[in-house]
Amino acid sequence: MNTQTDFAKSDGVAGAAVLASAIGVFITGSLTTLAEISGSLKTALAWSGAVGPLTGKSGVGVIVWLVVWPILHAVWRDKEVNFDALYIVSLVLIALGWLLTFPPVFEAFSG
Amino acid sequence: MTERELWTVLHGMVFGAIFLLAFAGGFAGLWSLKPELITSAGIGERMKRLVIGMWTMAIMAWLTVISGTYIVYPWYRAGDPGSPRSLLLANADTKAWHTFGMEWKEHVGWFAPVLATAAAFIVTYYGPRLAEKNQLRKAALVLLTIAFLAAAVAGSFGAFLNKVAPIR
Repeated sequence: MNTQTDFAKSDGVAGAAVLASAIGVFITGSLTTLAEISGSLKTALAWSGAVGPLTGKSGVGVIVWLVVWPILHAVWRDKEVNFDALYIVSLVLIALGWLLTFPPVFEAFSG
Repeated sequence: MTERELWTVLHGMVFGAIFLLAFAGGFAGLWSLKPELITSAGIGERMKRLVIGMWTMAIMAWLTVISGTYIVYPWYRAGDPGSPRSLLLANADTKAWHTFGMEWKEHVGWFAPVLATAAAFIVTYYGPRLAEKNQLRKAALVLLTIAFLAAAVAGSFGAFLNKVAPIR
């Protein structure tokens, strides 16, 4: 999919930014639903007693985003990527992340 | 005005409102960033304004979710019977404001700063070249719009929740 390019500003940098943000959103959404399935996960995500599991759900999503983004950026910064494919995958991840934070959905998995 | 009310206002009516209000400018700026609509001098002139606007939105989104989650939310969800959460859950008529409204708001709101930051980065990194890279411009526009929708859901429920069960 990737080919070396001479462009000073390849599409790879944008691809990395879009996909990494979508992964961060998807992780937060997934953890929102998974925390309803697993009581122990919900407890583990409660990094702060006052805030509860929202700290871990949002915190893990943000940390994954901040870890994945520079890695993808470094790998794709000089490359021309299939941006359309990355963009579609990103939109699917964002849609899933959104769906998994929708209360009727995650409450359906509540134990 | 109590300290809690002041933080609630800062969270929703200052940080959150600035983000939502700035969206129209960011959207219009990105939408019209096309060579067929503006001259190259015009693109250069509006780029600086667009970059400042996009980063202002991203920073406001971060301030909104951080102040909301770590300052306001603990007051909302406190275990005492007088907390907004306890009051809402104690009444069958108001229970859904928490189980649907707050539960959705507190999670989906976190999408806004992540997506707005990615959009701001794309605009900053590519600068005037974005006018020629239609796919990337559209992607930044879509990320910004999804960030706005997430913030709009969170902001709308926040306003209603603070009316039904205010934080004092």
